[in-house]
Amino acid sequence: MSAVAEAPVAAATADARKAGDWLLVATAILLCIWVLLPIYLLIVNALSSPQEVTAFPKRFFPSFDVGSLAFFINFAGVARALWNSVLVATLTMVLSIGFGAPAGYALSRFDFPGKETFRFLVLMTRAFPLPLLALPLAVMFIRTGLDDTALGLALVHTTLALPFAVLITFSLFSGIPVELEEAAWTLGCTRLQAFRKVILPLALPGIAASAVFAFTISWNEVFAAAVLTIENRTLTAFLLQSLGESPLYLKFAGGAALVVPALIFIFAVRKYLFAMWGIANR
Amino acid sequence: MAEIVIKGVAKRFGGFTALHQVDLTIADQEFMVLLGASGCGKTTLLRIVAGLESPSQGEVWIGGRRVDHLPPRDRGIAMVFQNYAVFPHLTVFENIAFGLRMKKLPQVDVERRVNRTAELMHIEQLLKRYSGQLSGGQRQRVAVARALAMEPDVILMDEPLSNLDALLRLEMRAELKGVLAASKTTTIYVTHDQVEAMSLADRIAVMHQGRIIQAASPVEVYRNPAARFVGSFIGNPPMNFLPAVKAANGSWSVAGLTLPGPKSDRQAIEFAIRPEDVEAGEAGLPATVRVIEPLGPHTLVTCDVEGGLFRAVLDSNVAVTAGDRLRLAPKPDRIRWFDPETTHAI
Repeated sequence: MSAVAEAPVAAATADARKAGDWLLVATAILLCIWVLLPIYLLIVNALSSPQEVTAFPKRFFPSFDVGSLAFFINFAGVARALWNSVLVATLTMVLSIGFGAPAGYALSRFDFPGKETFRFLVLMTRAFPLPLLALPLAVMFIRTGLDDTALGLALVHTTLALPFAVLITFSLFSGIPVELEEAAWTLGCTRLQAFRKVILPLALPGIAASAVFAFTISWNEVFAAAVLTIENRTLTAFLLQSLGESPLYLKFAGGAALVVPALIFIFAVRKYLFAMWGIANR
Repeated sequence: MAEIVIKGVAKRFGGFTALHQVDLTIADQEFMVLLGASGCGKTTLLRIVAGLESPSQGEVWIGGRRVDHLPPRDRGIAMVFQNYAVFPHLTVFENIAFGLRMKKLPQVDVERRVNRTAELMHIEQLLKRYSGQLSGGQRQRVAVARALAMEPDVILMDEPLSNLDALLRLEMRAELKGVLAASKTTTIYVTHDQVEAMSLADRIAVMHQGRIIQAASPVEVYRNPAARFVGSFIGNPPMNFLPAVKAANGSWSVAGLTLPGPKSDRQAIEFAIRPEDVEAGEAGLPATVRVIEPLGPHTLVTCDVEGGLFRAVLDSNVAVTAGDRLRLAPKPDRIRWFDPETTHAI
């Protein structure tokens, strides 16, 4: 009797689980399309000749015509903007790691009053809208002479990248057992030597990843770049300004030039970004 | 020469007192085991000697030198950690050589010392490997070799065997004892395993709630516990305790049995006896057998004596069944008495 009663129940739960599985797969596919389709279209159009971009129907594989990309690269001001972007992003990277890694180390190794509050505040800085800051910052930068310089923009980008640098390096250092450091101390190391000889070699890949992430944040940032620079535009600000009136194929080429490096960087450091949120994915 | 003197060392973490005024002297080349349940302060005490933790008050002297203000590297110690702490980015050779390189020894000496200690710990075939390619037991050998290579005056060990499986632990225990005796260092060894403590130690310091209850040779700690806690913590099964009431002529009545005992002003004290120190006979403590566990060489019998739990280790020839009424005669020279208020031995 009970076996008869149980069978439909079991079947029902199996059905429900199956439906749940389908829902999960469908959602995953939808999200993938949501993210991947624009990137696909961008790359296909960037690698097509100008005629093909406006033609219909589209070809599934691009013709690998680099004409529009070549034209874009030789476009007046692009090389300069590219150089500015690299300069600002590099400065951001150095500043973020320079300040962020020591903060991450301190958070992981020392107990101090207000530690939890500090961690929370680090995250809260990301909740502060940049447009609100931009005008007073612009005024202040003009007064101090930092306006329209790579350093000025890098400082703003550092405030954006720093919270991530702190949190990534914090999880990184927390993952290295403190006993390794203590063992080094008992074997004749000072605190600094122990850090250099034991902790740094183990943390270096993660720190590099965190640096690349800071680089990418600066590389992609457009608002502050557009407001705070005039002559020394970064690539994003330059594209925002000049591509509005450009033909469609040039827009695609510019977009690809911007997106592809960032994509490659993020892909390279993805496992450390997961680690930041405490998801072990190794 | 490295005598370790711990004078009035206390440690407080916020409102919690981990160590209360601990005094302990460890002779040169002595093997001292700090034994206690987790949270008794034994690891904290070891870390204070190592310099990884600073005492809230008190002094630590090593080899006639006050060291409590010195960093670990200046104390002439080497330490073996519970989770081995073998550096994962270095080979076994470089791990063992790590401290020697910090001392800036010439390469010839480094190689000679690494090879010698590796041979001693039987890991000479592993020198080119990384920590990730080693088993737990091998990692532990590397950790010990790394400490020995420093040729320190003092070796500190924090539960070095507790992460190994039982068989390996037994094997490493005997090996450690031989190696450390040959190295002529002073050793402090922290463990919660009483068998490990008994088998390794020259002296055991039994710790409880941040205090050293007794520091004496293993046999002394086992035979003459200084406090009730020591008797109940050491020994498997532990000591039996029964209430004793004052009777005439300075003797004490225990479960109806009258025994000669110590002089005390109290009306009631505690009688204690090890399970193996009773014999089934004509006269003795009246016991009702509850559970019988034959263990081969002897039989563990759990009984009821006046409503209290009582364990006896009897000869396996003694035939008993559950429900039997026995008379358990305590060996007179093995009876111990405790003050129920102070819990100290009388």
